[in-house]
Amino acid sequence: MLNTLNGLFIAAVLAGTPLLLGALGEILTEKSGNLNLGVEGMMFMGAITSLAGSYYYEQAVISAGGSPNGILSSAIALLTAFLAGAGGALIYSFLTITLRANQNVTGLTLTIFGTGFGNFFGEYIGQKAGGYVAVTETTKKAFSSLHIPVLSDIPVIGPLLFQYNWLVYFAIIAAIVMAWFFNRSRVGLNLRAVGEDPATADAAGINITLYKYMATVIGGGICGIGGMYMSMVTTSGVWVHNCVSGYGWLAVALVIFATWSPARGMLVALIFGGLTIMRMYINIPGLPVQIYDMFPYIATILVLVITSMRQSREHAQPKSCGLNYFREER
Amino acid sequence: MSGAAEYAVKMHHVTKTFGKVTANKDVNLELRKGEILALLGENGSGKTTLMNMLSGIYFPDHGEIYVKGEEVTIRSPKDSFTLGIGMIHQHFKLVDVLTAAENIVLGMEGKATVNRREINKKVRELAEKYGFDLEPSKKIYNMSVSEKQTVEILKVLYKGADILILDEPTAVLTPQETDRLFAVLRNMKKDGKSIIIITHKLNEVLAISDRVAILRKGEYIGVVNTSETDQTQLTEMMVGRPISLEIERPLVERGEKRLQVIDLTCLNGDGVKALDNVSFEAYGGEILGIAGIAGSGQKELCEIIAGLYPSIGGSVLYSGNHEGVPVQERILGLKPDEIVKKGISMAFVPEDRLGMGLVAGMDMTDNVMLRSYKSNKGIFVDRRNPKELAERLVDELEIVTPGVDTPVGRLSGGNVQKVLLGREIACHPSVLIVAYPVRGLDINSSYRIYDLLNEQKKKGVAVIFIGEDLDVLMQLSDRIMVMCGGKVSGIVDPREVTKEDIGLMMIHAGDPKSGSGNEEVTA
Amino acid sequence: MSAHSTQAKEPFLRMVRRDAISSRKSWGIRAAAFLLSLVTGGIVILLLGHNPISVYFSMVKGAWGSQTVIYETIKIAVPLLITAIGISFAFKMKFWNIGGEGQILVGAVAAGAFGLFTAHIFPKLPLVLLMMLAAIVAGGLYGLLPAVCKSKWGTNETLFTLMLNYIALAFIKYLMNGPWKAPGSSYPKIAMLVPGARLTKVLGVHWGWILALVLVVASYIYFNRTKQGYEISVVGESNNTARYAGINVGKVFRRTMFLSGALCGLVGMLQFAGSDYTITEGTAGGVGFTAITVAWLAKMNPFGMLVVSVFIAMLERGSNAIQTQFKIPASAADLLIGIILFFMLGCEFFISYRLIGRGKEEHHA
Repeated sequence: MLNTLNGLFIAAVLAGTPLLLGALGEILTEKSGNLNLGVEGMMFMGAITSLAGSYYYEQAVISAGGSPNGILSSAIALLTAFLAGAGGALIYSFLTITLRANQNVTGLTLTIFGTGFGNFFGEYIGQKAGGYVAVTETTKKAFSSLHIPVLSDIPVIGPLLFQYNWLVYFAIIAAIVMAWFFNRSRVGLNLRAVGEDPATADAAGINITLYKYMATVIGGGICGIGGMYMSMVTTSGVWVHNCVSGYGWLAVALVIFATWSPARGMLVALIFGGLTIMRMYINIPGLPVQIYDMFPYIATILVLVITSMRQSREHAQPKSCGLNYFREER
Repeated sequence: MSGAAEYAVKMHHVTKTFGKVTANKDVNLELRKGEILALLGENGSGKTTLMNMLSGIYFPDHGEIYVKGEEVTIRSPKDSFTLGIGMIHQHFKLVDVLTAAENIVLGMEGKATVNRREINKKVRELAEKYGFDLEPSKKIYNMSVSEKQTVEILKVLYKGADILILDEPTAVLTPQETDRLFAVLRNMKKDGKSIIIITHKLNEVLAISDRVAILRKGEYIGVVNTSETDQTQLTEMMVGRPISLEIERPLVERGEKRLQVIDLTCLNGDGVKALDNVSFEAYGGEILGIAGIAGSGQKELCEIIAGLYPSIGGSVLYSGNHEGVPVQERILGLKPDEIVKKGISMAFVPEDRLGMGLVAGMDMTDNVMLRSYKSNKGIFVDRRNPKELAERLVDELEIVTPGVDTPVGRLSGGNVQKVLLGREIACHPSVLIVAYPVRGLDINSSYRIYDLLNEQKKKGVAVIFIGEDLDVLMQLSDRIMVMCGGKVSGIVDPREVTKEDIGLMMIHAGDPKSGSGNEEVTA
Repeated sequence: MSAHSTQAKEPFLRMVRRDAISSRKSWGIRAAAFLLSLVTGGIVILLLGHNPISVYFSMVKGAWGSQTVIYETIKIAVPLLITAIGISFAFKMKFWNIGGEGQILVGAVAAGAFGLFTAHIFPKLPLVLLMMLAAIVAGGLYGLLPAVCKSKWGTNETLFTLMLNYIALAFIKYLMNGPWKAPGSSYPKIAMLVPGARLTKVLGVHWGWILALVLVVASYIYFNRTKQGYEISVVGESNNTARYAGINVGKVFRRTMFLSGALCGLVGMLQFAGSDYTITEGTAGGVGFTAITVAWLAKMNPFGMLVVSVFIAMLERGSNAIQTQFKIPASAADLLIGIILFFMLGCEFFISYRLIGRGKEEHHA
């Protein structure tokens, strides 16, 4: 029983990490007042570019007669994933911030585009590679569980806390940094003001356009890294058609569940991660396993309904979210 | 250069247009160092637009701006701060979920981290220096209007501004709070700060300013020394021709009781009583004015009567005629459509014209049928009659519009109000409730509205007029009900009390002076 | 000092809202944006080492080149058009129904409940009517749920409807693996609808296309001529005004979302009984999302939606042709649709605003 619970915890952390990354990106985006529904698309873009980045790096090294370096390969994957997510978010930002297009429709379009982008290049590169794209063992190893001296060897605690792949720790650190950023830093304070009340922030001399662009683009980059987790860790460096499949939308839901708090986001990611993999660990007699797939979505709906029933001023979506800001409007 | 240096701000030939509307045309303005300059003009005369160009919100189409003798370009609010200009806006620009101190340091340069204890201490010290009472760690959404204004003023002082612009700072204050504000402004002047105060209240201009600059319809009219002028001259400059400030109050025999409100009580969004045992009666053939500081329960009162806001106690009785048949109903708790179904003819002109009374994106025809589209049978709408009515309204009320198929959101404020009031009057109401009907309107439109209300009064309609300008209320109304904090302070005859009496009643509910006001006063 | 010209200090570019723009000019801007998007897509194709013009040509040919492909293209356009009309009901009142996918799926399941299990009981006509009715009710109720929560507690409908998509999807997976699994099948799938219950073809395509055209006209009349359509517009502009006018906003939300979901549900039935003859995870296949952009691009005008959905159907059908001909993966359709939509979304700005360069005088036409 205890083993099952430990196993469930570890699997939940692993399944929750891409959700946490996607959600962190979306929290940062929404704090600037942009509701970007393109998380799914940006994750797809990050997923394929990171895989492609690693893959082409390895091919280049191998054809030059060398042997690829796992750390460099992951660094390239990280960078390309971030840039791809950020690039998608930049399109979104340009359309909504500069050209004032509707945020909902633009976000959905980004999802259509990003999904097409991911699947298209995934298949295209696969065709060129003669069937499918896959990274070598070196890169796969770089994305597998770490072994931290001493810490990983502690009984029970070791496997439970110190034997994950590096992206898990990356996501946790990102969440902590973001929590600090919103609560303690000057720029974070300004950003919250932009999302809550852009006219006020504008009058206070804050460059709304810059803040919105930066938050949305960096947020998109983080979503891209979440996508990288899907292609590099979840599917072990092989392109699987539609590999992000709804995780981006679940990340959007997670933002609500975590009430826009990066710290709470970690806990919620664990819960969601747990729900998505629970069927492999706990079998409730009479309950078909496919029904487990519904749990995270049903849970989110319940949270959505419950939070809307008791309205709170501070644990709510930033007030200007979804609305574009124009200074000279009159 | 030496000559220019005595001016804190100089604006030369400044022009600003929004689409086809010219908000400022070739305006010149000079603010001397260490003076209080009143910028006077009617609503819509371009005062706020002009000042927004100093604060970096708008960028002028033409013209030059000099600050402290140097020609400057103000592209953003940040540029404006750098020049030492601080503007206190009419609508407070504060972030609700942040504290006073957080709002004050918002957007400022400084260390990467925010030390809350330190900024709270600094803000507290600054507040004490000027004699303000403020808790720096209080969240804005827990604050009163006057506290919020204090935060706004501290915000610009904290940033070291020496040129202050206040946009209608007294609009939301009681007379006593206004006096306190003026005392602070005089202190700041002694400190060497240069101040522009935007207002359209002549008595305040005379009380506080050194000089007065006047704008009219976006154009600069002139500047006079306050000590050498009087209300008549300023009014002339402001409105362009000597007009009678008198508003007509026709003598009409008071009719029967149309509306009786008994012990009405309701809560606001925070669970606090927004109305507390409000009782009054409204009669046909009279205008009942309702005075009070903004947010004293006026909005809730009219929305409850119109069936748009929930109450927790009391009752509202209506008696009127519907096609010759007397109708008597308890209407509390009925939805707007249920009220109509019961044959009650009550019209309501809400405060938020384009957000509640009209649909900005629809044309006049579609707006005119808003309250009556259900009247014909069948599933289809009838646009023929509404179109005729819309065309008639354009003729009768002289509404300036390219046509009845132009979206009403494109019309000017006065014309929007004419559409709204015209539609409401067209349904021949027995009770007409109007909330702030002349807000933002020019003087001619305002008088047209007063005339329309008087016409209704003469027809025997019970008019309930919620206003903010005490002068207007006192001249137009037959009786005035004064509200304070959701309670009725008293109902008085405007011919028997002074403005100051009403001002006092607005801030002290149940003041002994107003005790007699609850008794019936006959017109 | 004063020798400085004002112009030198103006920002580089400023934008000014246009008062009105001639429809010719606004369509010109849209056409230019459309061409630019094709050029951008062409550059992508060029970078992949193909000739954009021949790829585009092959796409058009792949969609309209023969009777067979025309039928296929129309078969793609029909669900897109009806879903877009359904979605526009909600969008007109600014209710962001992005749950079209889920509503299509439950519609298909409801139709399947009759089509798969009662085909031996009922003759064709009542069976088809039953399937339609079931799909309409199921889709409608699925759309009604978020509307109820929105009108009661103000629950965010965007995320609510979104989540419902994935719940419906999981439910179909459950049916495929469990109770509805086709007998004798080794892998999870749902049985085929018996040929006798399939929708009749009219001019080569199931009669859904006639229904779609009827719905275009009917929804146009509904939006512009009926009291309910008027109420939707008022609610969409301002909930406060609607309440003031005595419109029960919650009721309009619920009624309209039922209709919106019902039309999407109907699409599920058409897909099941007219096109796929079975139900899979791909029965909705992204139609619910694409339809949103169709409705938006057409500015909620049903006739516009007809044009846009036929166009997008052409891209999707055409991308199959380029997959076989040029070995360009069919996902290229999504990529290209994304690019075109980005441009169309962006160009609306230039219809509403004018840019004024530094030093240029403003002039009014």
